[in-house]
Amino acid sequence: MKFLFSHLAVAAIFTCAGTAFAQTAAPAKAAPAPAKAAGPLAGQTVKIAMIEGLSGPFGNVGQNQLKSWQFISENLNGANNPAGVKFEVTPFDSKGSPQEALNSFKAAVDQGFRYITQGNGSGAALALSDAVAKHNERNPGKEVVYLNYAAVDPALTNEKCNYWHFRLDADTTQKMEALTSFMKDQPKIKKVYLFNQNYSHGVQVAKYFKEGITRKRADVTIAGEDLIPLGQVKDFAPYVAKIKQSGADTIVTGNWGADLTLFVKALNDAGLKLPMYTYYTGVTGTPTVLASGGDSEVYQISYAHSNYSGVMGKLTADFKKKFNDDFYTFSIYNGVVMMGEAMAKAKSTDPVKVAAAMSGLQFKGFNGDSTMRKSDHQMQQGLYIARWQKVDAKNGYSVENTGYTLAPVKYIEAYVASTPTSCQMKLPS
Amino acid sequence: MLEFLASLGLSPAFIEFFTVSLLNGVSYGLLLFMLSSGLTLIFSMMGVLNFAHASFYMLGAYVAYSVTALIGFWWALLIAPLVVGLLGAGFEKYCLRRVHKFGHVPELLITFGLSYILLELVQLVWGRSSVNYRVPTALDGPLFTIFGTQFPMYRGFMMLVAVLMLIAVWLLLTRTRIGLVIQAALTHPETAEALGHNVPRVFMMVFGGGAALAGLAGVIGGNAFVTEPGMAATVGSVIFVVVVVGGMGSLAGAFLASLLIGVLQTFAVAMDGSMISAVKMIGVSVTPETFGYALLKLKISQVAPILPYLLLVLMLVFRPKGLLGTREG
Repeated sequence: MKFLFSHLAVAAIFTCAGTAFAQTAAPAKAAPAPAKAAGPLAGQTVKIAMIEGLSGPFGNVGQNQLKSWQFISENLNGANNPAGVKFEVTPFDSKGSPQEALNSFKAAVDQGFRYITQGNGSGAALALSDAVAKHNERNPGKEVVYLNYAAVDPALTNEKCNYWHFRLDADTTQKMEALTSFMKDQPKIKKVYLFNQNYSHGVQVAKYFKEGITRKRADVTIAGEDLIPLGQVKDFAPYVAKIKQSGADTIVTGNWGADLTLFVKALNDAGLKLPMYTYYTGVTGTPTVLASGGDSEVYQISYAHSNYSGVMGKLTADFKKKFNDDFYTFSIYNGVVMMGEAMAKAKSTDPVKVAAAMSGLQFKGFNGDSTMRKSDHQMQQGLYIARWQKVDAKNGYSVENTGYTLAPVKYIEAYVASTPTSCQMKLPS
Repeated sequence: MLEFLASLGLSPAFIEFFTVSLLNGVSYGLLLFMLSSGLTLIFSMMGVLNFAHASFYMLGAYVAYSVTALIGFWWALLIAPLVVGLLGAGFEKYCLRRVHKFGHVPELLITFGLSYILLELVQLVWGRSSVNYRVPTALDGPLFTIFGTQFPMYRGFMMLVAVLMLIAVWLLLTRTRIGLVIQAALTHPETAEALGHNVPRVFMMVFGGGAALAGLAGVIGGNAFVTEPGMAATVGSVIFVVVVVGGMGSLAGAFLASLLIGVLQTFAVAMDGSMISAVKMIGVSVTPETFGYALLKLKISQVAPILPYLLLVLMLVFRPKGLLGTREG
């Protein structure tokens, strides 16, 4: 037996060493510069480092968002943004882990990046926000701005808020405020099962759902609650059996990526069809599996839906034409628009001046008037409840070419979805 | 049957849940067995702890994905294990055999290196995100419905293949001439060689066979779950648990251990009890201020994923030779 121990020990050491090597993907191809440039900063390039899990269990989601960033940058380059700058997005693979995200951040800073963006995983987001704050304090003149396009842990704009962090998505308190307002009017909801990932985001979803629903519908009970390890579970059949046994009539889940896809797959396999209230139905992989199970009652709470007309509708269609993939991370559009506006206002691409201009900035986002709230750098925007249904005349965008779409059923105005913050922002001296 | 169980005082809901969970547990256990049988075979025959085993599993899934896209799933079921098996045999012949004379640690290190090479190769060829490898339509859908819960046909297929695999390997090893030669080469390599058997070739076949079994598990597991570069890492550790708990080099032990772990994990997921409830039963009140609250409040369902490793540690402490193992190593 002794030699087995030594084998395992050696292996363990190597595994640790192996994963410690940070890896960066090849830099993105720059978009061709437009011929006419009207903005005051024409000819300047803004380099953005995208630190994201581009491989690993959630790699498919990160890859889609990388394409989204590069696509939106290309479309809003030069004359298409008020500053006239060119945006260039370079990927850094964090493999979805906070530790690797920090390594990537260091690499990005060493390579001279002054703008970083990340979204998938509030664990990594909290680590990055903290690292950016420390870096900026210690390196005056080399400040970095962090655009968070998807991590929704409320802590990021409350007790752990930070001047250099700007959140483009709506946080969980906002989403749950909106979702529970919608669910309170659904009389058939009696027993809810909470199914979430065991990290800050999943824990917050469960917490704020319970808080909101007891305030609005005291008669709704929690039939059960699970917190699963992030991206580890492959076989969800045991959880489905458990949910069925609990007698729940509704599922609420903040799961995303493979953790939602495989869960839906197991629900389909077992033939358990419960109304489901989700955050991320439209994210890569999930729609295909959901559609294979036929009609099901699924809702998504988000700041967007699949069926925009106008500029956003055209971008979504172009994205599909170019990549045969869905554009669903709309906050990226708002992020690039906001940067362009702020740079025009500051007449500079210097992160310190741009951050000051973005703080409190009002601009036209894809949902209409949007504000980057000064007190906590949380975007204030309207939210949508969208329903999973077959495409029809009004809602024609087929998600993942399934013949289904996420059709808006309720719009919640920005001022309704707004929640107070406990942030005491420390302004840079 | 149902009446009988109900007469024992079990509620119908419990019986239903128990049956479904047992089915889930057994089918998951059988997949674990498919994965670990090749590993235990290689270990028992050659004494090589093959760290690249899970990578062969991954490779099997990816090859099956490509073959399925070209000529269909049933061909993939045949071709993918063959491809992976040939690759394994080639690796044994040209790499592993050369380091064999330096002892166990170099053997382990070379398979360890191979696992990284395979991972990077897979990422270069098929990309870093998951591929769309689907269950064939002929096997999609429910096999039967029990207490209103459907049991998927594909899970049934998975169980069938695992059981067939167990029988085939067992017959091959104990009832055929080639099996006898393999066993002889294991215990008395010099004698077997003196009798005119090509022992290195036997080893090559064993290694290739083990890899092919992993490849077969990949064909089946890849579309049941997800085919992505991380799939080797997620199963890599748990199959070592199966082999150690079952007893190093014991096929029957691996079978028992897989079922045990599958069922254990499935049922643990369903249990929401925590240490707090246990402590409360003996009359001690626990508040968030109590020392060690964070640990006490953990539910059994939350620790379910680490239970196999707990079993591994306990097994090594109390019964190092495993459930059915014969040697102390």
